[in-house]
Formats: sequence, structure tokens, C-alpha cells
Amino acid sequence: MNHPRLPYLLVAPSVVFLLLLFVWPLAETALLAFRTEGGEFTAKYLERMVGDLNFGIALRNTLALVLVVVPLQVMLALGMALMLQRLERGRMVFLSIWTIPLGVSDLAAGLAWLAIFTDRGYFNSALMSLGLVDGPVGWLTYQNPVALFVCVVIAEIWRATAIVLVILLAGVQAIPKEYHEAAAVFGANPWQRFRRVTLPLLRPSLQSALILRTVLAFEVFAVVYALAGRDFPVLVGEAYSWQGAYQNSHVAAAYALLILGLSIAATLVILRALRVNRAALA
Amino acid sequence: MKPAGRFLFAMAVVISLCWLVPVALIALSALGPREAATAWPKAWWPSPFSLETLQFFVGFTGVWQAVLNSVIVALLTMVMSVLLGAPAGYALARFDFKGQDLYRVLVVMTRAFPLAILALPLVTRFMAVGLYDTHLGVALVHTALALPFAILVSSSLFMAIPRELEEAAWTLGCNRLQGFLRIVAPLALPGLAAAMVFSFVVSWNEVFAASVLTLKQRTLTAYLFASLEESPLHFRFAGGFFLVLPSIVFIFAVRKYLFSMWGIAHR
Repeated sequence: MNHPRLPYLLVAPSVVFLLLLFVWPLAETALLAFRTEGGEFTAKYLERMVGDLNFGIALRNTLALVLVVVPLQVMLALGMALMLQRLERGRMVFLSIWTIPLGVSDLAAGLAWLAIFTDRGYFNSALMSLGLVDGPVGWLTYQNPVALFVCVVIAEIWRATAIVLVILLAGVQAIPKEYHEAAAVFGANPWQRFRRVTLPLLRPSLQSALILRTVLAFEVFAVVYALAGRDFPVLVGEAYSWQGAYQNSHVAAAYALLILGLSIAATLVILRALRVNRAALA
Repeated sequence: MKPAGRFLFAMAVVISLCWLVPVALIALSALGPREAATAWPKAWWPSPFSLETLQFFVGFTGVWQAVLNSVIVALLTMVMSVLLGAPAGYALARFDFKGQDLYRVLVVMTRAFPLAILALPLVTRFMAVGLYDTHLGVALVHTALALPFAILVSSSLFMAIPRELEEAAWTLGCNRLQGFLRIVAPLALPGLAAAMVFSFVVSWNEVFAASVLTLKQRTLTAYLFASLEESPLHFRFAGGFFLVLPSIVFIFAVRKYLFSMWGIAHR
């Protein structure tokens, strides 16, 4: 009944598909970024990317977003997961509401927050009825970079905290209740129980949530464009512009490689940081 | 309730309200009259409630075609990801085979792969083989995005179905395929349907690949994204609402399966 080759036959189609649509495009992108149409290897597309006026701004904006958004999301999601764990009533209702953004497109999320933060939007209307402003304030223009950044951060936090929440919540639920009870018996207060029991045991979940979220945060794109258009350049947006508007897929590929490089670097940093802690634990 | 419990509950209510506000406001913006989008200051209730904005959006040239394109691409994605994912999930759940861990790593890794890397080289390649600007071309990339989920979800689904049921079917004279079709498939169907719905939503929501890989056959996201700069506010809000509504309904319908995929107990 158990044919030895059966599992491989079952897995094979997906392996072929993934190789065709992941590994092969990766090689192709590398070639696009480093090879001219004539087949010579060159660094000129890389230089063109780095020399572009928007490059520095896009890199800075993307890094700033990742560094601000991801830690806030992890803290918020951790708080939410612990709340869900303690709540006596309505857990399923709250979980369902908090995970609504899982199904919301980044473009739609950007548009929803545009309705709030645009000049004549709900935020300004609320400020107006509180008597804080005299008329519409432009939060989403390059003249007001701090406000623009904050708006993007808020939209990103709303949109993508849910994925961190579901990963961390699964981790929190996997910790046996007895550990907390034992710690409490030995006189640990709630803060100590959190620091000494919950956090160390949650480390694997924290690690995977951080890696997934960081990698996705480097791809921030549609939210930003819906809110700010070209006023807030980000890396994926530049790749898009080079591919579409400027018709140069070589430079676009260089951007794609840069994003991949950053994602890999961030993943290694996270792995390393948590491994150091793990050694200290043992 | 104890005071601490009451405080927690109040906090949870506050967070929930913050979470619902953007959805409520985009609905409010889309369900008001056209002038309401630029009205100042805003009325807090769409008075009068009207479908004018939505009708204008749906009636606009190209929108209906874009919606249709999105649905076709999403359906293709849904079918391909379950056809590729379910057998792999079954293999992961029922067999111990060499290379299993490597396979899992490959699947999880693809999840953390920048979409730009995937979509950009495919533009030239798709042009060469006639897949550029087609439903199938976009659906292929979307399947690559949805497949890791489909594999992991279906593997946990099949794992939850007792092996003994299948073995009983074999002793009663079914072969492996019959046992699968008559015993396992019916039991796994609701979960597989949930995985398919999730693949549908992944495709329906995706912006970047759809934008780069299409020109005339724009999906709704690509269409909206391309028209961001020139379209009026009320048009954008209607588009956002139109995009959000089916996703939220679908995700809500399959949330139990999604939660169980991440291992969240829903007691």
C-alpha cells in the first residue's frame, strides 16, 4: 500500500513550481542587474541606482519605517496577545476584530487611512470640532515630512500588526499554565513572571514573527503610495518606477537585489541576536 | 469581574474601536454622495446615505473589466494553489520521507522572499512566452505567493484526520486513491475550501506583481494603483471600499481555519 516513491510524486509538482517561480527568477534578477543586453558583466546599473537622486531618500525612508514600525508592532502584538490570554470574556470577538486587517490589501489600507488623514479628511475634521485647527492641515505632503512619516507608521501598524499577533498568540498559548503557577508559588510577581517565564519561552515565536514582519516591512509600497504618492519614496516604489515609468528593468532588478540583500541581512541579525540570548539562557 | 479584569476588558474595547475606525470610515466615505469626499468639515454620518459614489465607481470605464480580471485571476490562483498544495500537504502529513525537512525549509523560505525579485524578471520572460498581460501570468505569480500557505494549511488539515480511518478503508478493500477520495477528501473539504478562500484573498489583494505584469488586463488593485494620481478622492475611496469588502467577508468566514493554521486555540 505504501509505495516508496509516492510522497515524492505528491511533492514534486510544488517543488518544480517553486523552483521555476522563485529560484530561477532570483538568478534571472541577478543577471539583469549585472549584465548588459550584449552579455557583458557590469556594475553600471548598480552605479546608476546609487547615483539616482531618489536612492538615498528611498533607502533612508524604508530603513526608518522598518526600524520604527517593526518594534512597535512586536510590542503592541505582544501586549495584545497577553491581553487575549487573560481576558475572561469576549476573547473570540476581540481576536476576530484585531485580525480584520489580515484580509485587507495594503492598497485598500492606504486608501482607508487616506480618508482619515487627507486635507479635508476625518482627522482634520475631528481636530476642527475640538477647536485645535482653523482649517484643513496638509499632513500628507513633503513640506510636512514628520507628519507624513507618522501617518505612514500609523497605517502600517494598523495594517500589519495582526500577522505578528497571530504568531505570538500561538506561542503564548503553547506555554503551559503550570509554569506561571509554579513561578507564582515561588513568589514571582507578574512582571517577573513575564520577564523570566513568558519572554524566554516565547523566544522562538518572537524570532519567526520578527523575521517575517521585517522582511515584509522592507517591501512596504502600496500603503505609502496611496497616502503620499511620490512624496515619500521607498525602495519597492523606486523599483516599480524604474520598471514602469523609466523603462529600465536593469536598475529595477538592482533595487530588487538590494531589497533581498537587506532582508537577508536583517534575518541574520535577528537570528544572531536571539541566538546570543539563547546561549545566555542555558 | 475584578477591577483588573474590567480594566483589561476596557482596554480591549478601546483597541477594537481603533481597529474598526479605518474600515468604518472608508465605508462611510464610499457610501456618501460624491461631494461628501471633499466636504469640509466632515459630517459624521453619511447624510443622505447614497450609492452615488459606488455607482459612479462601478460604472466608470474599465472598472467592471478590472473587477472581472481580478476575479478570474483569483479563481485561477485558488485552483492552482490547491491542486499543487493539497498533494504536498498530504505527503507531509502521512509520510516520513528523506528530504522532508529540506522541503519544509524551501516552502517557508519562499514566504519570506521579496515579491519584486519574483515579478520583475518574469516581465521579460512572460513577454517572450506570451504570458505577459494575461490572467494566467498574474495567477502564476499569485500562486507562488499563496502556495506556501496552501501547503502548510492542508498538511495540518490532513494531520488532524486520524490515519486509522484511512487504514480501515484499506482493510475493507479500498486502494489508496479510493481511500483518499471516499474517506479523507470529504473530511478535509471544509478546511481545503478555507485554504482556497485564503488563496483567493491573497490574489485579490496583491498590488505589485499585478501592476508590473499587466497593461490592459489590469486587475482591480493594479487598475486602482495606476489611477491613484489622476482619480478624484471619492473614486479612490469607493475603490478602497470595493477592495476591502469581499476580503473582510471571506476572511471572517474562514477565520477559524486560519487561526488553527497558526495554532491558535479558539475556545
